[in-house]
Amino acid sequence: MADLELPLRQGFAPDAGPAQGPGPLPDEIPITLTINGERRALHVRPWTTLLDLLREDLSLYGTKKGCDHGQCGACTVLLDGERINSCLALAVMKDGCEVTTIEGLAGPDGTLHPMQEAFIEHDAFQCGYCTPGQICSAVALVKEGHATSRAEIREHMSGNLCRCGAYTNIVDAIEDVLAKEAAK
Amino acid sequence: MNRFSYARPGSVEDALREVSSNPAAKFIAGGTNLVDLMKYNVERPTHLVDVTRLPGLKEIGEAGEGGLRIGALVSNTAAAYDERVKERYPLLSSAILAGASAQLRNSATMGGNLLQRTRCYYFYDDATPCNKRAPGSGCPAKEGVNRIHAILGTSEHCIATHPSDMAVALAALEAVVKVAGPNGERSIPLADFHRLPGNMPEKDTNLHGDEIILAIELPEPRFAKNYTYLKLRDRLSYAFALVSVAAAMEMDGDKVVEARIALGGVAHKPWRLPEAEELLRGKVPERALFEAVAERILDGAKGYGHNDFKIDLARRAVIRALSQAAAGTPQSQVDKRIQ
Repeated sequence: MADLELPLRQGFAPDAGPAQGPGPLPDEIPITLTINGERRALHVRPWTTLLDLLREDLSLYGTKKGCDHGQCGACTVLLDGERINSCLALAVMKDGCEVTTIEGLAGPDGTLHPMQEAFIEHDAFQCGYCTPGQICSAVALVKEGHATSRAEIREHMSGNLCRCGAYTNIVDAIEDVLAKEAAK
Repeated sequence: MNRFSYARPGSVEDALREVSSNPAAKFIAGGTNLVDLMKYNVERPTHLVDVTRLPGLKEIGEAGEGGLRIGALVSNTAAAYDERVKERYPLLSSAILAGASAQLRNSATMGGNLLQRTRCYYFYDDATPCNKRAPGSGCPAKEGVNRIHAILGTSEHCIATHPSDMAVALAALEAVVKVAGPNGERSIPLADFHRLPGNMPEKDTNLHGDEIILAIELPEPRFAKNYTYLKLRDRLSYAFALVSVAAAMEMDGDKVVEARIALGGVAHKPWRLPEAEELLRGKVPERALFEAVAERILDGAKGYGHNDFKIDLARRAVIRALSQAAAGTPQSQVDKRIQ
């Protein structure tokens, strides 16, 4: 398996390989991102997605690559507080933005975010691959304030697929957090 | 993804200059469709012009004669939840919320939504021929897997559908697309914005390659009470329409003053047939009339095998949507039970 010995290349997804095309490789472009509260000066190629930047360059492996086409929601992060699919976002276009990933939800002392606690409490995952995206999405759902009923939670979480089928418990977890928020 | 260079102009003039000097350049805003297509090698721009920082295109404001102007860079989410849109054009809000997911609606823009491309399997697969992707190579969908394909306005060269929900509502509302190009600004009625495939399926719209969308303008609101957006698909959320219907009526007592009906998922553009809408003018809405309207709209519809079911589905969806609109009971985009 010679291909397993290939070194990872900074700035490229290992499975995508370098972008193909004629002409010289454009220079890396300097950008600034605030990631989980930390301001980072970075250099990116124009075709590097936010997802690949997080995982391949910054070793933030919590954000997952599922379909890489905006169909599964595993790559969901918060951009300036709003949930987006990081696989469809070019990092260079997010210059100056704030990014929150699953790694940034817990407090500095390690205290879990209430949504993380609720997912554990309600057993809202099996394999766990979609979970970082589910939790980021759910945190945004609470902040958006458009969903209150179970039906609304399901509709507003439809951009996050779970192939293990933990949906019932995911809705339970979110409903729990919404109820606690409402009681505050 | 192919290599490309990147520019982030600060004015519409500079943005237009970036694309006019390079025919392989493309504008990018939300990127939710373009980046996806680039990953499939369907789109291969050599230069991307990031328009997201252009000034003045993210606002929603009053337009003349009681209308509303929605900037091209307003996100689908921001438009759908805007109080003015919800109150005056609830059909548009409903249609936007019927599409995609919360994540995608946060990134996707109003202008970009109009310019999204078909989800035809063959268009997306660069190992197969496709007249839209590679003009002259053929259309395998006609004899192939065509469950999601068009039944109206097709040509021998292409049977793809336009996938937008938002555009279907905009067609019913008779929105106008404001664009800028090297020769100044012009207005394109929504009905003329998207094209039928004809013998040039590679051209989705009548927007020129060196033009940019500035805004979508909605005329004076008349359909805030009797309307519905009914979307039928393979799963209850986060799927493209097999058939969708935007229906709206302006009523005077128990009679229809004017009706609008636009269909999604059935053609290369949002499908309207004004002569069918005319059947409702001055009439008391009732089922027999809705059936006649649906017959007229689907007259001449053609199936290609797997999508034959769409003709009957569309007919029934029109009747149901007109019933919902007449009763003032719009389809919920949360509770998917169809009343």
